[in-house]
Amino acid sequence: MKNLWLFFVRYNAFFWFVLFFVISILLVVRNNNYQKSSFINSSNVVVGSFYEKLNSWKSYLALTETNESLAQENASLRQELQNYIAKDTIDSVQLVDSIEQGRYEFIIADVANNSVNQKSNFLTLNKGSKDGVVKGMGVMTSNGVVGTVLNVSANFSTVQSLLNPNTKISVTLDSTGELGSLVWGNNIDPRYAIVRDIPNHVVVKKGQKVFTSGFSIYPKGINVGAVEETGITSGESFLDVRIKLSTNFSNLHHVYIVKDNLAGEKQALEALNDDNG
Amino acid sequence: MTTMGRILIYNGIRFVVLILLQVVLFKNIGYYNLTSSFPYILFIFLLPIGISNFLLFLIAFLTGLTVDAFYDSIGVHAAACVALAWFRIFFKRITLEIEVRESFDTPTWDEMGFKWFSSYIFFGCLIHHFVLFMVEAFSFKNFHYTLLSTLLSSIFTFLIILLISLLFYKRKSRLISK
Repeated sequence: MKNLWLFFVRYNAFFWFVLFFVISILLVVRNNNYQKSSFINSSNVVVGSFYEKLNSWKSYLALTETNESLAQENASLRQELQNYIAKDTIDSVQLVDSIEQGRYEFIIADVANNSVNQKSNFLTLNKGSKDGVVKGMGVMTSNGVVGTVLNVSANFSTVQSLLNPNTKISVTLDSTGELGSLVWGNNIDPRYAIVRDIPNHVVVKKGQKVFTSGFSIYPKGINVGAVEETGITSGESFLDVRIKLSTNFSNLHHVYIVKDNLAGEKQALEALNDDNG
Repeated sequence: MTTMGRILIYNGIRFVVLILLQVVLFKNIGYYNLTSSFPYILFIFLLPIGISNFLLFLIAFLTGLTVDAFYDSIGVHAAACVALAWFRIFFKRITLEIEVRESFDTPTWDEMGFKWFSSYIFFGCLIHHFVLFMVEAFSFKNFHYTLLSTLLSSIFTFLIILLISLLFYKRKSRLISK
């Protein structure tokens, strides 16, 4: 017994190392399984409000670009409005699908923290469950998609950015309407992403635009980016395409959280498929 | 002020300043995600030489967890810092005399000399970054990429730590001869 005790004392550094290392690895693994349900992340109040403060100083530096992009968005919205006003109602019959009206609501949020040069990137936003944010909502900017809400606390939410190996978004090509899925891929550059699983017979041209399909959490027809390189093949019958993202992830400041009012109904209906099959 | 109090206060200040620098400044500096630097580990390097093993592991673990909270990567930095603490104990055992090992001095550049200090920091960075990137990747896929990332980031961190140490360098009596 004494010898055993001496053995432990002699090699105590090693045993402490094993103990603490195992705790750390357990934290990592548990975290991977439950998708960061743990409270030690940047959606907790202390870290979140620190990042918010930091960001409120940093946002002054980007004021010019933010103003410019807001002005541009204003202009394009105004133009769209003009189209409605100027529309000749006599020779065009307007069909408005009433179920799509008011289907999506947008919650405006500021980016409190953002990263682009990690292997898995996340954002923190300054809106939380108090403002009606729920886990799984989509996040976009005026010119592209950003990611999916991962965790929500009372005042903050964390977002799994598109620049993350776990994010997958359903998209279409503009002219042909073929479906593909948008992933960051094994990429190290935050400006580019890859569209996977486009059928091989489709002819894809460089510069062609890519939009959201409306099948996932985003509204239909949001610009995602433009085709940059077409030569990548993934397998026998599918085609991979590299696109340049329209969202500039390195200077995100204001984003919209997409609230889909019909999401619950859609999911409940689709869940029945699994029951039958 | 007692020596113990001074050590506590110095280490406390070092902790706050280095963590702040890490999450505000160094988190945003890097070459895509191939190279990044983590000079906050200087805090663990500079803990008193004679600190007890348990306390060293506990402080390293908590430091790692603090950084994890800012990086949204709970456990990854904690694991790396614990590995670094183990390296520290090992390195101390093979390079220092018994009486130096027991002392409560801070192992800085001016106390220990450049040769000892630089090898201490460099190998420590290698161990820390290797464990960090391995746990982060959590597989042997792209192993060469992990290794390259480890090596480049270690050099980056090593240089930044030397720069920080140079700022506080003052020549005086040595604990060990060169």
